[in-house]
Amino acid sequence: MSNPRTFFEKVWSDHVIADLGENTALLSIDRLFLHEMSGSVAVRQLEASGRPPAHPEQVFTVIDHVIDTLPGRGDEDSARAEGVDMIRAARRGSRKYGFNFFDVHDRRQGIVHVISPELGIALPGLTLVCGDSHTCTVGGVGALAWGIGSTEGEHVLATQTLPQVRPQTMRVNFEGALPPGVYAKDMILALIGKIGANGGIGCAVEFAGSAIRSMPVEGRLTICNMAIEFSAKYGFVPPDETTIAYLAGREFAPKGNIWDDAVRFWRGLPSDPGAVFDKEVTIDCSVIGPQVTWGTSPQQVGTIDSRIPDPASEPDPAIRCLLERALDYIQLTPGTQLAGIPIDVAYIGSCTNARISDLRIAAGIVKGRRIAPGITGLCIPGSTQVKAAAEAEGLDKIFKDAGFEWHESGCALCGHMGNDRLENQRVISTTNRNFESRQGPRTRTHLASPATVAASALAGCIADARKLVN
Amino acid sequence: MEQLVKVTGIAAPLLRINIDTDQIIPGKEIMRGSREGYGPGLFGYWRYIEDRTPNPDFILNQEPWKHATILLADRNFGCGSSREPAPKSLRGFGFRAVIAPSFGGIFFNNSFRNGLLPVELPIEQVRLIAEQMEASRGNARVTVDLENQTVTAPHGEVFAFKTPALLRRMLLEGLDEIAVTLTMGPQIEAYRGKDAAKRPWVYRPGAG
Repeated sequence: MSNPRTFFEKVWSDHVIADLGENTALLSIDRLFLHEMSGSVAVRQLEASGRPPAHPEQVFTVIDHVIDTLPGRGDEDSARAEGVDMIRAARRGSRKYGFNFFDVHDRRQGIVHVISPELGIALPGLTLVCGDSHTCTVGGVGALAWGIGSTEGEHVLATQTLPQVRPQTMRVNFEGALPPGVYAKDMILALIGKIGANGGIGCAVEFAGSAIRSMPVEGRLTICNMAIEFSAKYGFVPPDETTIAYLAGREFAPKGNIWDDAVRFWRGLPSDPGAVFDKEVTIDCSVIGPQVTWGTSPQQVGTIDSRIPDPASEPDPAIRCLLERALDYIQLTPGTQLAGIPIDVAYIGSCTNARISDLRIAAGIVKGRRIAPGITGLCIPGSTQVKAAAEAEGLDKIFKDAGFEWHESGCALCGHMGNDRLENQRVISTTNRNFESRQGPRTRTHLASPATVAASALAGCIADARKLVN
Repeated sequence: MEQLVKVTGIAAPLLRINIDTDQIIPGKEIMRGSREGYGPGLFGYWRYIEDRTPNPDFILNQEPWKHATILLADRNFGCGSSREPAPKSLRGFGFRAVIAPSFGGIFFNNSFRNGLLPVELPIEQVRLIAEQMEASRGNARVTVDLENQTVTAPHGEVFAFKTPALLRRMLLEGLDEIAVTLTMGPQIEAYRGKDAAKRPWVYRPGAG
């Protein structure tokens, strides 16, 4: 091949409407997803401008961010009055403009990045944007997807385009077989531990290698979800037969002859042999163990049987200061082993790890057991469809019998939007951010896989699930 | 878009690595700010002890730093969430520019659209500006000049920086970005017509 191109280069150039100079292009945007928190702002700004939406049929809205997840919720229940404003504004605007709208009680409702591939809204080679940094999640089905602000959202509403500076390209090769009891979440946390929370800054990241090719779509979504946690705006797995099989028959995926044409097109999207990336990283998956964060950035992570490092041994004063701040916040001392740290709450949920495969893994561990006395267990399915599928399999009963709360779908307590339930608690969580007060005032979050969270709920402390799985 | 050509003012050092947008404005402050404005929610957990009681130890609560118009930070400033209230809260406080070695990509884009200029300078230069500001106890001044893409440190050193051309022009002229794009309507329609023949599934979701 004379000019081998990466997946990213193909998809980017497919969407360039105009070259705006100095590495900037006006891109066509195939899908805009709105949610009530940032999307309501974009809609209000559009209304105030008096401009109509350019292509409402390419716009989708869901209520997920600030809606309550307690069983029996009403369609405006939110921890704060401002949340009600947001829900109402998103609902009113979406109906007025004729967007594809999934309201609270719609069976298709769920966390935006969970339903986007689940409903076939995200597709290979599409540009998809949403006012949420974890939009990169849906790169797991081969979309070029990234998070934007509300004003960029208004721009997309008004024009179905967005000017963007072209990023550099990076490929992460996950090679080798994962050991038993180690999952996609551990892979991505291990990567971030290695390259740092700014390791992908300015990059569009392709995830490749044998461990990715053999991974089901749901694991790929988990990996891509956390691209933004090493400051890569875009993360993706180019489409393959696994992707195509996953998307077939989904509501907003193409049908019939158009499906056949789409599949032919998608098969041409993966990076050509010999395509060159600006950066490459390789991770040996065969040596990864369960990962748990111990600080206030996803880069502050270690294998579950490792010990918290001593800031005093860090030569760079800026990094030493960062470590000291993190340990002061998280209330742990250097040398402490991660396994064994007592927890208050075990949290299963979020766009990272609340799909049906995640719930199956966690349920397999807690089945027939009880969570430790005094521990709060929360399970928040990633979508209403995931919840229904879990209930059809009896997973809800397994979680409830073990002592977990079983919630409606939504973003819930992954980010603190006014519900103080996790205030001052130490939480082991399947989510993606362990920032200071991310889940509530002074909440100390430890990120881990669903298996580790489930095992920790049973033990009452951070615990190695491999010791519970036969 | 609010215009910015040049700003001269106090540059306040907050030289921490990975200051994420949850620290710039916590989720709860976004909720409150959606009705009351975002400025008071800036650095909510660092700036206040409890519900809006100022923490006297935090630099932006101290004279003269509380009048700063330029913020100095370490690498990866504004990483994390896409929340546009992050630049809005910085602007609401009074900042017009943030100088750091690198920025979270979504925050970087959002900043321009809220009259806040993110300036990338190597950490050595950021530290030098911070040291000179601290030595002056906040009485020195720093100038950020977008037209010439330079930062002038208190002692007169001049450092060059780069910004993407389109965003720079929009901020310099205070342009309405959407209006500019809409002038390209015929080009957009031509693209869509051609692409719809190639990728019809994009334009009719779920069609068969």
